[in-house]
Amino acid sequence: MTADTQGLLRALIGGALPNEHGFFGPFGGRFVPETLVPALDRFEAGARDALADAAFHNELRQHQETWVGRPTPLMYAPRLSEAWKAQVWLKREDLAHTGAHKINNALGQALIAKRIGAERIVAETGAGQHGVATAAACARVGLPCIVYMGAKDVERQAPNVVRMRRMGAEVRPVTTGDATLRSAVDEAIRHWVGDPQGTHYILGSAVGPHPFPWVVREFQKVIGIESRRQMLEQVHGLPDLAVACVGGGSNAIGFYHGFLGDSSVEMHGAEAGGVGAAVGQHAATMSGGTPGVLHGSRSMLLQDEDGQVSDTQSVSAGLDYPAIGPEHALLAHVGRVRYHAVRDGEAIAALDELSRLEGILPAVEPAHALALAKRLCEGRDHPTVLVNVCGRGDKDMPILTRLAEQEGR
Amino acid sequence: MHAHEAISKAITDGRDAHGIALVAYVTAGYPSMEAFPAILNDACQHADVVEVGIPFSNPIADGGSLQETARAALAAGATMKKIMHTLRDLDGTLAAPLLLMGYLNPLLAYGLDRLAEDASSAGVRGVIVPDLPLEALDIAKPLNDAGLATIGMVSPVTSDARLARIAAHASGFVYAVTSVGVTGQHRSDQSDIVEYLKKVKATATIPVCAGFGIREKAHVDALRGACDGVIVGSALMEAVGEGRDVGSILQALR
Repeated sequence: MTADTQGLLRALIGGALPNEHGFFGPFGGRFVPETLVPALDRFEAGARDALADAAFHNELRQHQETWVGRPTPLMYAPRLSEAWKAQVWLKREDLAHTGAHKINNALGQALIAKRIGAERIVAETGAGQHGVATAAACARVGLPCIVYMGAKDVERQAPNVVRMRRMGAEVRPVTTGDATLRSAVDEAIRHWVGDPQGTHYILGSAVGPHPFPWVVREFQKVIGIESRRQMLEQVHGLPDLAVACVGGGSNAIGFYHGFLGDSSVEMHGAEAGGVGAAVGQHAATMSGGTPGVLHGSRSMLLQDEDGQVSDTQSVSAGLDYPAIGPEHALLAHVGRVRYHAVRDGEAIAALDELSRLEGILPAVEPAHALALAKRLCEGRDHPTVLVNVCGRGDKDMPILTRLAEQEGR
Repeated sequence: MHAHEAISKAITDGRDAHGIALVAYVTAGYPSMEAFPAILNDACQHADVVEVGIPFSNPIADGGSLQETARAALAAGATMKKIMHTLRDLDGTLAAPLLLMGYLNPLLAYGLDRLAEDASSAGVRGVIVPDLPLEALDIAKPLNDAGLATIGMVSPVTSDARLARIAAHASGFVYAVTSVGVTGQHRSDQSDIVEYLKKVKATATIPVCAGFGIREKAHVDALRGACDGVIVGSALMEAVGEGRDVGSILQALR
């Protein structure tokens, strides 16, 4: 690590990043049409005001304890530990209300939206978890909600579409572009550009223009803070390895933040390796991308030599995104977190292993993290490994049913 | 004369001759790289300035029509390199000065130093980058240094203080977005738009052109006197898509 990267990591741990322009070192910023600037300024001011207000934190805590079900448990996985020759601990974000970590951010942003007087909420969703979380949070705080979802994802995550509609949200399938998460983000931004005064856009991952990556991280930090405290209480020590899955990277950024200053904790991210290493066959941004600007921020991006954004592929709708949050790009740049591609098949095998050995059906997204954790345990002497199980697999039934049919079972 | 001054002059000349200058937007490579030079040539015959849109896979400020032209142009093989080649071949033959309109990522991928050099040598006089806000303008330094116009964009929700700063940093003209939203959507009530344009005019020391949602002569006429020029994109590209003649569409707007 050079002095420059050491300085950046110190600044990040010390809370000095993002800077006033929203940059995490060379990544981040705000690259948006002028029409959105006042809306982003208003949201940033509202977020700063709320996050500095004890009354806001009290209200948030109350919702978290009585509605979200926080703290989520830290669980020892005895049979997985035996199989992997490791001490495996799972952070059970899948037990949070609506079935994933997404609720942490959706609730926080919905409360801010209410404070700044937004009349309606617009959101995008890939796997549907963020859409469900936003629909639930909007119902909770009393705001109308429109969710954009790629038509392909509407099909592969059908149960979540039903859940969103039942909670009063309007789900709008997006048929333009690649009809997945990236097109849903395009459409949600377009909607917001059309009504930046009345609408607040609850962006679901640690991506997008400043202040989103920062705000999302602040609301997801609860995962890392709880995990660290629970490790110290239950295990009397910190993990050797901390592993999370990364699409845009919201669960991972919150999880990592608990351990950034603990140099003994090795941190890793699992990206969607899809079905192959060729362009268009995966969504492994850090492994296959280069710096670029998409959806308002500069980060690592899957793109061709002309700067056109590449198509992506993954069994997991939630990881199927060609960019990654700017703070992750910084964490890789300074060498604090290492990112690895995990193929679809490896992730599904890990999903099966956790289901059979521990009776937990994880979402396909954290199955990528489990597969990577298993890989990292090989060749080590009984490491203590902590995996963030960021969501449950109920929503993946259509995918799992199709796979089961293909396998003839 | 610097390139940006050529743009300002073309707008004021157009305004003086016709009451209001006409800026035409054409997507480079739409409907094909082969058809593009003739369309561009036609547009230059009937407009005072022509914006050449660089297609991008994720154009967040564009409405459905322009989004579709970009998608089709990319599918037809349009690349920055080919577009610059085409423009270089046409340099000196076109009747109006050109601007490039492009989202930041394809421009960064091409390299801004290289773009400044190649654009200048291809006769381009300026750039419009819709996702490059005031705070990040230093990125455009190589383009400024080459004398190219960096068109500043403002919208009806831009604060007065911010409007003053954008106008001060812009060269060529100030692009006043007339409706909050993506390109191509027309709003029927224009009265507050005229007031807003007058405010932009009073703030800027360079010409002011209004764009977004200007589709027919009545829309152009409603803005006469309130600004120096109008920008027509979606309506023109829809006409191209239907195989209609660009020249007659533009003529009808005058």
